[in-house]
Amino acid sequence: MSFLSDLWDLVSENQVAFERGIWLTLQLLLLSAVIAFVLAVPLALMRVSRSRGLSRFAYAYTYLFRGTPVLTQLFLIYYGLSQFDAVRHSVLWPILRDPFPCALIALSLNMAAYVAEVLRGGIEGVPAGEKEAGLAAGLNPFQLYRLVILPRAIRIALPALSNEMIVQMKSTALVSTITLLDLTGVARRIEARTYSTDALFVAGIIYVILTWAIGRGFRLAEWRLNRHLAR
Amino acid sequence: MTLELAFGALALGLVLGLLGAAGKLSPHAWVRAPVTGLLNLLRGVPEFLILLIVYFGASAWLGDDLAPGPFGAGVFALGIVFGAYSSETFRGGFLAVPPGQIEAARAFGLGPRQTFFLVRLPQAWRFALPGIGNLWQGLVKDTSLVSVVGLEEILRKANIAAEVTKHPFPFYLAAMVLYLAIVTLSNPAFAWLERRAARGVRR
Repeated sequence: MSFLSDLWDLVSENQVAFERGIWLTLQLLLLSAVIAFVLAVPLALMRVSRSRGLSRFAYAYTYLFRGTPVLTQLFLIYYGLSQFDAVRHSVLWPILRDPFPCALIALSLNMAAYVAEVLRGGIEGVPAGEKEAGLAAGLNPFQLYRLVILPRAIRIALPALSNEMIVQMKSTALVSTITLLDLTGVARRIEARTYSTDALFVAGIIYVILTWAIGRGFRLAEWRLNRHLAR
Repeated sequence: MTLELAFGALALGLVLGLLGAAGKLSPHAWVRAPVTGLLNLLRGVPEFLILLIVYFGASAWLGDDLAPGPFGAGVFALGIVFGAYSSETFRGGFLAVPPGQIEAARAFGLGPRQTFFLVRLPQAWRFALPGIGNLWQGLVKDTSLVSVVGLEEILRKANIAAEVTKHPFPFYLAAMVLYLAIVTLSNPAFAWLERRAARGVRR
């Protein structure tokens, strides 16, 4: 039990640091998830579009982002872009100089690729009869997507979106490599100061709790959104 | 180096995954519950954090002389992560083997061990392969994490080159192209494995 009480002492000594770390992790997770979702909807629509060019573009985007490690994307944006004078003298420099926006951009672009694929699966899973019913009710294509296909696709994709959310939370752990003090960053800093892995264990336990909470939240959302369906 | 790391972790991960699946499917609750619980915990922690715990934990507990270094820590950390996820894939694979086939094997007079190696394992492998392919892609990408603890694989080389030349962009881009190439080239390999595993299936 002394191991557990050691961990507890560590937490109470560094409570503020851990709280800030959790807050930064949650900020990155929620903001990147929202941006990713906003980007993923048009990407998924392009992917299923009948236009060759749009569909190819969306395919290439998802292929590139899903085929390379997040860590390389993070380094390319944070360290790589600063190489160009054009970037350093542009109006975007105050944003790209800072690790937080860079992390947010990399995580969002990466997650958008995964969410787009999940949504594509959802869109293709909408029963043809529901689309016909929408057209028969006089909806134009835009209304059909907004009122019938997308709401249904999101419900179908919800379990997969929950997985993406958990994967994304684990990806946020990488931002400590570009000097951000998220939960992992805080734990690494305490680890370096105390020469003990206890802080990393504490972070691990907190991540497990967050994973559990995300899974729980999505199951609740699934239940609420699908309760009109007969089973 | 990246490939050595990936194959090492794959070998360890497949063995751990099979053991994990066996544990989760065990008829004894005292085996099943702790194995399932432990593997669920592992799946809830970022791979990066597991790597850090293994790397720094090993030198803290074993002393600097016995510690495995970045390569050993990388193989071990990525191997247990792969094992935790593949145990779920294998579990699904074993459950998908039709019970009739197991009964047929018994009727042919095969013992439990023969039934396992001649019927259940090859069939479960066939069902699990697509999932294993996805996990392999994840594993290849996760090898990049080991650069942070100093192993000179693709991304670490890119880091060094970026620092020396002060031109980070092309080197990180080159690293990404290499990962993309490994992932792309694995696809036909897995397609071949899947065809091979399914060669006994009637179409």
